[in-house]
Amino acid sequence: MDKRPYDNKAWLLVLPVFLIVAISAIIPLMTVVNYSVQDVLGPFQRVFVGTEWFEQVLNDDRLHGAFLRQLIFSGCVLLIQIPLGIAVALTMPVKGWQSSLCLVLVALPLLIPWNVVGTIWQLYARPDIGLAGVAVNSLGIPYNYTSSAFDAWLTVLIMDVWHWTPLVILLCYAGLRSIPEAFYQAAKIDGASAWAVFRYIQLPKMRRVLTIAILLRFMDSFMIYTEPFVLTGGGPGNATTFLSQFLAQIAVGQFDLGPAAAFSLIYFLVILLLSWIFYTYITHTDREDAR
Amino acid sequence: MSTAKGPALNPSTGRFRKRHIGLIVYFVFLLLPIYWLIAMSVRPNQEILSGFDLFPRTITFANYVTIFTDPSWYTGYLNSIQYVALNTLISLSVALPAAYAFSRYRFLGDKHMFFWLLTNRMAPPAVFLLPFFQLYSTFGLIDTHIAVALAHCLFNVPLAVWILEGFMSGVPREIDETAYIDGYSFPRFFLTIFLPLIRAGIGVTAFFCFMFSWVELLLARTLTSVDAKPIAATMTRTVSAAGMDWGLLAAAGVLTIVPGALVIWFVRNYIAKGFALGRV
Repeated sequence: MDKRPYDNKAWLLVLPVFLIVAISAIIPLMTVVNYSVQDVLGPFQRVFVGTEWFEQVLNDDRLHGAFLRQLIFSGCVLLIQIPLGIAVALTMPVKGWQSSLCLVLVALPLLIPWNVVGTIWQLYARPDIGLAGVAVNSLGIPYNYTSSAFDAWLTVLIMDVWHWTPLVILLCYAGLRSIPEAFYQAAKIDGASAWAVFRYIQLPKMRRVLTIAILLRFMDSFMIYTEPFVLTGGGPGNATTFLSQFLAQIAVGQFDLGPAAAFSLIYFLVILLLSWIFYTYITHTDREDAR
Repeated sequence: MSTAKGPALNPSTGRFRKRHIGLIVYFVFLLLPIYWLIAMSVRPNQEILSGFDLFPRTITFANYVTIFTDPSWYTGYLNSIQYVALNTLISLSVALPAAYAFSRYRFLGDKHMFFWLLTNRMAPPAVFLLPFFQLYSTFGLIDTHIAVALAHCLFNVPLAVWILEGFMSGVPREIDETAYIDGYSFPRFFLTIFLPLIRAGIGVTAFFCFMFSWVELLLARTLTSVDAKPIAATMTRTVSAAGMDWGLLAAAGVLTIVPGALVIWFVRNYIAKGFALGRV
């Protein structure tokens, strides 16, 4: 049972946050809603068009392609990064300077500006001057991320694994550190195998951080923009044009405000729905844990 | 704090080597691109383009000298640091009281408010690009540090509230009650007793605010043109204008990693302890 006192004066403490987020979220979102139902003909000439833009966007083949690529990409990201993150977190040293060093090194990619991540991989994967590009080609495998769609796709995926697996590692590592020593001693006395320790002690204790990791990774990979923009520019063709690239193309490139706004809203609602599912799941399991 | 070491984490069996080989392979994968960036940054351009070498033959710091002496380069760093610091300050100062309210009280619409905050963390920045530009133009804030700092609050404030709430809930409520009985006013209690108790949490939160503001480019680039232009944006423009100066590009890249590496080094103990204390 929740023992926190009920007091509406707490709103005073929340008010600053409410104001600052309202300014930076509600007002811009209203502008987007505005655009999505209007056709802007001139500075003072606007026509209400109802759901026309929504219909146009939803029937756009390029959107379907981008959406499908996005889903496959986000799926691959989760399938690779979550198990890899758990595995590395389990093997990281837990004490002394080695542990500090490992943490600092692991966290490094997270603090590199996203376009620099793109630049790093550009330098690293180019078939003429990049270490990886030259190495793969010298093994006899033709590889060129600027001309082959598959290579470009693979490079973006590996880049994302390099960039974001550290977040999963850090979260899992924190979860593992919160397990009391007594649990391991009990397991040792019972003669539990390493797998049993993982399955019945470590995994349940990591469940919460893992949920957060999956949530963050899914959302962020769903919004990926800067890194592929720098690395491949969405190409070759539109092999690496994900949803955000597509949105930027129609909003900034072609300046089609109406369709861009309509698409923004659909995009936002999809993400909202998914995060609502995750959020109810987290709070639900919290309540079960508390019981 | 208990040091967690179990059979799986501290293996003394034959599996020890195999596990650690895996770890080493991962670290090689992690560090090779960074090594390559550093190696590129100390080479003259002719050497980069003339042939492939695992190690640089001639080491030159000309690229770094260019960056440190050319104002159009180094002001980029100063701009970035300014708006990131501003954003971290704003995010922390508004998120601290709010997180306290969420962790200690129930109030009208608290759950909905919390979820609504989180949805902003989930909003794709691309959606807000155009409206932000119009909003800040209206107030004449385009190309100022405060505009970028405020725009980044969109995702940093919800995150800060989320992380801090976890840390605060780990502090027993009896401490608050005892302080109030002893006659502490709320501001005095909050500043002198409560904040020191959750300083690990504040450290971790500041780390995350710094991180997400430092690495974000889409909004930062859209809202600035000259006076507050972030270094990451300077990199994209200068390079495309002057052809491909790979060495200079790499040197600028190396220098963007440095502030991040310093910040991690300072909070490294908080990361390890801090994550486990909080619920995140």
